[in-house]
Amino acid sequence: MSDPCLTFEDLTLGYRSHPAVHHLSGTLARGSLTALVGPNGAGKSTLMKGIVGVLEPMSGRVSRQAGTTLAYLPQQSEIDRSFPARVADLVGLGLWPRRGLLGRFTAADRKALDEALAAVGLSGFEDRPIDTLSGGQLQRALFARVLVQDAELILLDEPFNAVDAKTVGDLVALIERWHGEGRTIVTAAHDLELVRRHFPETLLIARRPVAWGATGETLTAENLARARGFTEAWADDAPWCDDHDLGHDAAGAHAHAHGHAHQAAPRLAAGSDAR
Amino acid sequence: MYALLVEPFVEFAFMRSALAGALMLSAGACPVGVFLMLRRMSLTGDAMAHAILPGAAAGFLLFGLELLPMTVGGLAAGMVVALGAGAVSRLTVQTEDASLAAFYLISLALGVLMVSLRGSSVDLMHVLFGSVLSLDGPGLALIGGVAALTLATLALIWRGLVAECLDPLFLRSVSRVGPPVHFIFLALVVLNLVGGFQALGTLLAVGMMMLPAAAARFWTVRLMPMVALSVAIGALASVAGLLLSYHLSLPSGPAIVLSAGIAYVVSLVFGARGLIASAHPSHRHRTA
Repeated sequence: MSDPCLTFEDLTLGYRSHPAVHHLSGTLARGSLTALVGPNGAGKSTLMKGIVGVLEPMSGRVSRQAGTTLAYLPQQSEIDRSFPARVADLVGLGLWPRRGLLGRFTAADRKALDEALAAVGLSGFEDRPIDTLSGGQLQRALFARVLVQDAELILLDEPFNAVDAKTVGDLVALIERWHGEGRTIVTAAHDLELVRRHFPETLLIARRPVAWGATGETLTAENLARARGFTEAWADDAPWCDDHDLGHDAAGAHAHAHGHAHQAAPRLAAGSDAR
Repeated sequence: MYALLVEPFVEFAFMRSALAGALMLSAGACPVGVFLMLRRMSLTGDAMAHAILPGAAAGFLLFGLELLPMTVGGLAAGMVVALGAGAVSRLTVQTEDASLAAFYLISLALGVLMVSLRGSSVDLMHVLFGSVLSLDGPGLALIGGVAALTLATLALIWRGLVAECLDPLFLRSVSRVGPPVHFIFLALVVLNLVGGFQALGTLLAVGMMMLPAAAARFWTVRLMPMVALSVAIGALASVAGLLLSYHLSLPSGPAIVLSAGIAYVVSLVFGARGLIASAHPSHRHRTA
């Protein structure tokens, strides 16, 4: 079994006792490149927040291997674009894990910053105020920040939204470069063609995991139909879930989606909640 | 010219200490004001200034018009309101502005009640509008200490404060320093308002904090120059306000804040990002 980078143990994440990610177990191998696929509201962003640690689990655990550094590019960033900052200031935030609150930026740091901007095609943008960037340029700058962070585990939440084809191509090339460097990457994405072409592994979720494994085996018509059958709505009178089914193989990297009690009738996902 | 601009300060010690107090206040309060403005918390300063009142009033009730008890009381009341509102907003669904409004209104009502229990309206006027011209040694030392502490603290937490303003979610993903930095910053706000109410009074201290910051915003898109410019505008307003107050026999606190107000209006109209510049965009443009 390959070296695990991230382990989920019967993880349930959610808001106000309503689960958004329900009973997820399994491991993510170090160096793997995984697409996170699922309909809107399926819990993709919630899962990422859980991994980052900005959202506490309702039950179960998510654990990073000790010492694993993490970079996170959220779908809805809380960046204040009216703040008087330059592109270099925004990208330079990526130095935080190494320099912290007080550490002095070194010449090597500045060089890393320049290289990151060059890698995303933003050379010469250092002094531009961030409120003059287009949406695609901002996304490139945020990828540059991930580059500067130099993390072992990289989480990208729908990074291809609202960017043009050329930018998508450039960003995918960066992701493949990171993959080549042995980093572990999870990317939420909607474009199944792109996922099939560039992502070896896929986790398909619809609140609960539908399938997880090699992309070709995961994104089957049947699995996708099951994921689509999921309803976003949660019911106030849904019964309390006390199903701590431990029947799945938590140690196996890709065996978890099978044999889960909830999977028996996935089309009734919401219905089973309301039963 | 000499008689107009310099002589009042050479001639009278009270003018010199008033000037020193107002300048030191600008050095500390204006940078704090810039961050308040950039965090869209401009009215927070106003609310906090009101929140300080019951503490100052308690000191006044117990000890009369004395610097130390009123300062300590004001600090205590301000910290309770700042920390309470900050904690409520972080622990519940209530946003920070709403919880701050609740806290400061309770605090203000308490303060007015306490001042009315004893003392004439003259005393109340003093608490509310200050008296920069009666600044004495301890008062000056307090303002100087506040300014030095503010600048040193800002230098320490600068990077965290910028990160917390620019991209709070990112900061949360890499560090736990965000909430402490926010609370330290709120403490600086209270500290400067308490320092300011000695010179300008609770109601006008916030003017010195926000007006130079708001004026500086019209001139630059870089943070460091904005902070420096706000301090310069604050200092200029201090000098101009004191001179106006001297020559025209106006109350000094309002004269200083009104001078800052004039700087704001001038910046609003003529600033590089002000009304005229926005209304007449250049039609000449580069090829790329």
